[in-house]
Amino acid sequence: MGASKPFRQQLRLLPVVPSVLLLLLFLAAPVLWSFHASFTNAALTGRNARNPAWTGLDNYERLLTDSAFPASVFLTVVFVVASAIVGQNLLGLLIAGLMTRARKPVSAVVGTAVVAAWVLPEIVAAFAAYAYFSKDGTLNQLLAGAGWSGADWLYAFPMVAVVLANIWRGTAFSMLVYRAALADVPQDISEAALMDGASGWQRLVFVTLPLIRSSIATNLMLVTLQTLAVFTLIWVMTAGGPSNTSTTLPVLAYQEAFKFGDIGYGTAIASVLIVLGLVFGIAYVRLLKGDKR
Amino acid sequence: MTTTERTARQAASGRLASSKRRPRSTPADAALMLIGACFLLPLLWLVLASLDTNAGYQTRLPGNASLTNFAAVLTPELLLRPLWNSLLLSAGTATVTLLAAVLAAYPLSRFQSRFNRPFLYSILCGTCLPITAIMVPVYGLFVQLRLLDSMPSTVLFMAATALPMAIWMTKNFMDTVPLSLEEAAWMDGASGLTALRTVVLPLMRQGLGVVFIFVFIQTWGNFFVPFILLLSPSKQPASVSIFSFFGQHGAIAYGQLAAFSILYSIPVLVLYVLVARGAGGSFALSGAMKG
Repeated sequence: MGASKPFRQQLRLLPVVPSVLLLLLFLAAPVLWSFHASFTNAALTGRNARNPAWTGLDNYERLLTDSAFPASVFLTVVFVVASAIVGQNLLGLLIAGLMTRARKPVSAVVGTAVVAAWVLPEIVAAFAAYAYFSKDGTLNQLLAGAGWSGADWLYAFPMVAVVLANIWRGTAFSMLVYRAALADVPQDISEAALMDGASGWQRLVFVTLPLIRSSIATNLMLVTLQTLAVFTLIWVMTAGGPSNTSTTLPVLAYQEAFKFGDIGYGTAIASVLIVLGLVFGIAYVRLLKGDKR
Repeated sequence: MTTTERTARQAASGRLASSKRRPRSTPADAALMLIGACFLLPLLWLVLASLDTNAGYQTRLPGNASLTNFAAVLTPELLLRPLWNSLLLSAGTATVTLLAAVLAAYPLSRFQSRFNRPFLYSILCGTCLPITAIMVPVYGLFVQLRLLDSMPSTVLFMAATALPMAIWMTKNFMDTVPLSLEEAAWMDGASGLTALRTVVLPLMRQGLGVVFIFVFIQTWGNFFVPFILLLSPSKQPASVSIFSFFGQHGAIAYGQLAAFSILYSIPVLVLYVLVARGAGGSFALSGAMKG
């Protein structure tokens, strides 16, 4: 029995093998290949496509000296902070909070409208946002109705347009997280605070928010990750332009690799994003682990 | 269970509007309706333009509403073949993902092993990998392995990206099936996998449906992955062909673009409603939907 038991236990894990193979071949291998290729001058076409040469830290040195990279990091931070951490997160919390006070049919209809923008295929959402912000689009129509002259948002203020579009597209997720979190808050605690004379704001800040803090942390982490990876929305609306004023890191990696054919440099940018994703991933796992204890 | 799943479960189980005792206020209604209107406006253009033969980017009631735009895009070349490709990709990916996820979830859910916790935590970490970031290296790898422009390899890649979330969800669904039923099957001499097929899977049909539809919707809406991995137009799904259509005709044929978008979106909207309404307590669409 002594020798066969561990063997039988190993055998039980056999069904996991297909998944492990898929994950290793299609997720782990590209990640490792990315780190490897970022140290070479691999190219999309030509001689360097077939026989890329090892160039050491050249690509990473270029990241630091090339002015496009720091600019792109800055735009990515602006995009994530403005559209995810502030926009989606606070608006999602606001909608969920209002829903606890609004009438049921109103909540249901508004919830559907918010979720619709999120369920649509990303390319369709991007077209709708493009039309909305374009020069003779809906936004400028509304502004004209209010007596203001609009602007050509996609050219004059591309970051404002993509940030607002991403808030529109992604708020549903935060709304769903916070609706569930608020439903878990026991009524009597809030009512007890009300009895003690706490105002609406005081109840929110001192009672409700502390009770849902783990949902807030998880939500912040997940919306940050999702927003970090946004490509299609920006690609369709502005293609990173005009003159790189809305080029976030995913767009920059795409451009360097496929427009300029520099796979080595593109993978160096991708590697930076992957490391960022992994750091957030590990933080997320620790957060959940802490939750369970 | 992840927060997103918990969220989704509660979203469906009707516990959200449990606060009957709380007074309902009109200012909250008004504020919500204002927000809802802002969310609907960009979609309104899509619907109105699709019915308008002279559509521009303006939102306006069509002068002569007709279905001409829909008729114009409903050709095999323009819409039907891309939709068929989308269906092949999405159904293929969802099937492969579900099969692999069920197999992997079974030992993770049923047998204690030193391997379980590290594996599950790596899986959870994998759900955080930004897929857009790995597309450049994936392209490089596919070129080296000569896998580019192939539907099967694209399906396998998309299945791998969906797998972490799918394994996690499937395991949680499987954990809710009581072990005692299976033990009875084991007593009768059934092997582990027979018990899985005849006892466990039928009991978690709904959960399996949710995982399948979840992966299907995610793949159907994905633009970036097929955009990079599938090169020949005959293999491209609707998300990519609509983008080239936009590039070629979009500047003139706004109405047709809107009609195309609507026809392409309907299947996922229907599936979403199906899951949200039908699956009741096991509704578990989570935020990983955004590729």
